[in-house]
Amino acid sequence: MKRKCKILIPLILGMSMFALTACGSGQSGANGEVIVYNWGEYIDPDVISSFEEETGIRVIYDEFETNEIMYPKVEAGASAYDVVCPSDYMIRKMIDNDLLAKIDFDHIPNAKAHIGQQYYEQSREFDPTNEYSIPYCWGTVGILYNKTMVAQPVDSWNILWDETYADSILMQDSVRDAFMVALKRDGASMNTLDETQLQAAKEALIAQKPLVQAYVIDQVRDKMIGGEAAIGVIYSGEAIYTQRENPDLEYVIPKEGTNVWIDSWVIPKNAPNPENAEKFIDYMCRPDIALKNFEYITYSTPNEGARELIEDEDIKNSPIAFPDLSQYDNLETYSYLGEEGDALYSELWKEVKSE
Amino acid sequence: MNKKTLSFPYLFWAGAFIVIPLCMVFYYGITDKTGAFTLENIITIATQEHCKALLLSIELSLISTILCFLLAYPLAMILTGMEVNTHSFIVLIFILPMWMNFLLRTLAWQTLLEKTGVINSILGFLHLPALELINTPGAIVLGMVYNFLPFMVLPIYNALAKIDKNVINAARDLGANGIQTFLRITLPLSLPGIISGVTMVFIPALTTFVISTLLGGSKILLIGNVIEQEFTQTGNWHLGSGLSIVLMIFILINMILEAVFDQEGEGASL
Repeated sequence: MKRKCKILIPLILGMSMFALTACGSGQSGANGEVIVYNWGEYIDPDVISSFEEETGIRVIYDEFETNEIMYPKVEAGASAYDVVCPSDYMIRKMIDNDLLAKIDFDHIPNAKAHIGQQYYEQSREFDPTNEYSIPYCWGTVGILYNKTMVAQPVDSWNILWDETYADSILMQDSVRDAFMVALKRDGASMNTLDETQLQAAKEALIAQKPLVQAYVIDQVRDKMIGGEAAIGVIYSGEAIYTQRENPDLEYVIPKEGTNVWIDSWVIPKNAPNPENAEKFIDYMCRPDIALKNFEYITYSTPNEGARELIEDEDIKNSPIAFPDLSQYDNLETYSYLGEEGDALYSELWKEVKSE
Repeated sequence: MNKKTLSFPYLFWAGAFIVIPLCMVFYYGITDKTGAFTLENIITIATQEHCKALLLSIELSLISTILCFLLAYPLAMILTGMEVNTHSFIVLIFILPMWMNFLLRTLAWQTLLEKTGVINSILGFLHLPALELINTPGAIVLGMVYNFLPFMVLPIYNALAKIDKNVINAARDLGANGIQTFLRITLPLSLPGIISGVTMVFIPALTTFVISTLLGGSKILLIGNVIEQEFTQTGNWHLGSGLSIVLMIFILINMILEAVFDQEGEGASL
């Protein structure tokens, strides 16, 4: 018995130390805390500190790189978050799996007042009743090209298969975006589950592979600015930033159509501080705050109030940041494909990558 | 306090961060989404994509290990022949880069090898044709050799330093020439160092996914990349764990070989 104690005491000591340090780091603000889970580099850090100062709520901020990394963490519930910012199709998946709480819009007056109505309409594709999500950023996926390296006009996904630009093409290293390009080029839907269309897209991507310099995600930005590649597939929000750094770059939405995406704030069902979550989202929807975020991350804001406040007319009416989507009739939003659909896409993508 | 009490922190550490995670990998590896027992996750290694990725990983890590060995052995021999002050300076030079983050060093290679990178800029300045360096298997091997070379040099150096000079002198006295002394005395006696050096280079090279992503432009799929994507992108932990188990088998084979060659337990690791 005594022997056991000798082992038990350090064990208990160790555990309590563990618990103590865990508590120590969780010193909460005067009005509690809010745990935010957002994309990397997707907020102006000043906004977080000003929120803390104004409300007395301490922000615990965590970042993810892809929707797929975020999902299992929220689903497992081991680390409970108050506010998360997933994309369209992932919101649908979370709604379907009963992970999200309905949002009380009466507690978030700024969301009603300032977020453009058309963005709520767009959101219905993944949140049919507009009860679970509040748009934070949106944009398109398109082609970024260097005018000094590409002489011909760029208006089609086909240029990504043009041998003139062999080894100067950057593709997105993510299943859905890569297949979106190939499917849209063939005139198919980016949400298709049709075996023949998907096989054709896979063959096209394999045929394209020798021309591709690299499959990258965030690095498209730096490589295009540095003149390392001539053409790249990129999110519209990054395009404004890259143009600021290298004026030779131009962004186009291909004529075959593309993906329109929305990243929205949601509140998980197991959120420990739902009231603070509402306050945080409300703060993010305040026009001056949304403007600060827009200027910092350069991703299009659905906040009409913030857009009004933009002083630079070129940015305010920029066809990249705020394209008139009504001129396209072939834009789509990713929808959740279901578990089998997801597995099929990743299987095909693996075949492309291992080729 | 007896010795057992002192070992407690280690036991706690090993249990919490080695044994439990390993058990979880095995649990995920032999179950499917519903939690039922299956071997399917392990058998998928036979599919064309996985097999190709595994073979390519083995090929590249073998090449890297051999290159590391060829570079490290002569260096270790030179080091042992040196004065104490000089050799510790050279060892320091080898260890110094390891104080910097591994990712940063690999990213630096990216900048060097890029199409518009440092090496090609110098070539362009000298009016020489540009080279295609990045996003090739060669770039990945380079990254592996660069990153793992110290892990080969140090164990071999330790093993060589331990060899009693008198043994070598005795061989020379008995009429063996330089080559014979090396092949029959020095090399066999340094074997434990070679084995642990090989293990410490081969295993991380076999499982890497960062080097192949950064220097291979994600165009070259190694088994490490497949597993990483199953966890981060596809979210199929079961398949990822199943493939990890297969990889563990290769690592086990390597360790058994090590144990066979190194029976005296003289493994001169770091």
